[in-house]
Amino acid sequence: MSEIAGYAIIIIGALFNLFGCIGLIRLPDVYNRLQGSTKCVTLGTCSILLGVLIGSGVGPTGMKALAAIVFIAITAPTAAHALSRGAHKSGIPLWEGSVVDKYEEEK
Amino acid sequence: MEEAASKPKISKIVFVFTVTLAVWLLFTWPFAPVNWAMIIAGSLVSLVSGIVLGGLATLHPVKGLNPVRYFWGGCYVFALAWWVMVANLDVAFRVLHPDVPINPGIVKVKTELKSESAKTALANSITLTPGTMTVDISDEGYLYVHWINVSSTEVEEATREVVGRFEWLLRRIFE
Repeated sequence: MSEIAGYAIIIIGALFNLFGCIGLIRLPDVYNRLQGSTKCVTLGTCSILLGVLIGSGVGPTGMKALAAIVFIAITAPTAAHALSRGAHKSGIPLWEGSVVDKYEEEK
Repeated sequence: MEEAASKPKISKIVFVFTVTLAVWLLFTWPFAPVNWAMIIAGSLVSLVSGIVLGGLATLHPVKGLNPVRYFWGGCYVFALAWWVMVANLDVAFRVLHPDVPINPGIVKVKTELKSESAKTALANSITLTPGTMTVDISDEGYLYVHWINVSSTEVEEATREVVGRFEWLLRRIFE
């Protein structure tokens, strides 16, 4: 039973990873792409690890998966923040349809 | 005077030691049968990293002893999980919609939080919640947030919508 639940959650996670990749292609500029890919890939990868945890139960593998979930949840947004800040500092413009850029105005 | 200055230093070392050892024990699961070699090796490495990295750790480790903060920390984990779920459905909708309905921009919001850890946690929470991503934090407590669907460019209005979800929880956890 727990194995089936684990596989179901792994499939959901893979699906969200796929949405993240589609977002990477369809969204227009680096900032929007970071948004889409960061959110979806964080949840997708965490779901896959959660599926491993549920499927394998409390044991050596499950505990490592749990630790990896915590690390990804902390590091993924930090990486997105660093990438977007670096992109803005090096002068990459927002998509032309963007409505406001307070960061540029107040530099 | 010297004692007062050295006291927080030791508490920082203890803080880093505890966290490092906890992570190590998590990696060396299971505990039974007890593997003393693993535990002693982990303790030694944790002690060294505590002494070396204690200076970089959180400014007020004593706050970590208050159980009420852990209660709010548990609430925060559930709130974050809920908003991450909503954020992903939101992104999935925007990405799969034929017109890609976005209205992006970078807005400025203000946070009342003072401590560094609280601001870091707030920035990370904002990145994981629907449609928003922190680009930069200024020293005066302003955050520059990339918003995929800007509904207001005013600082107060944007603050209420972007920061309001987590600020009250993080204040109870970190301050």
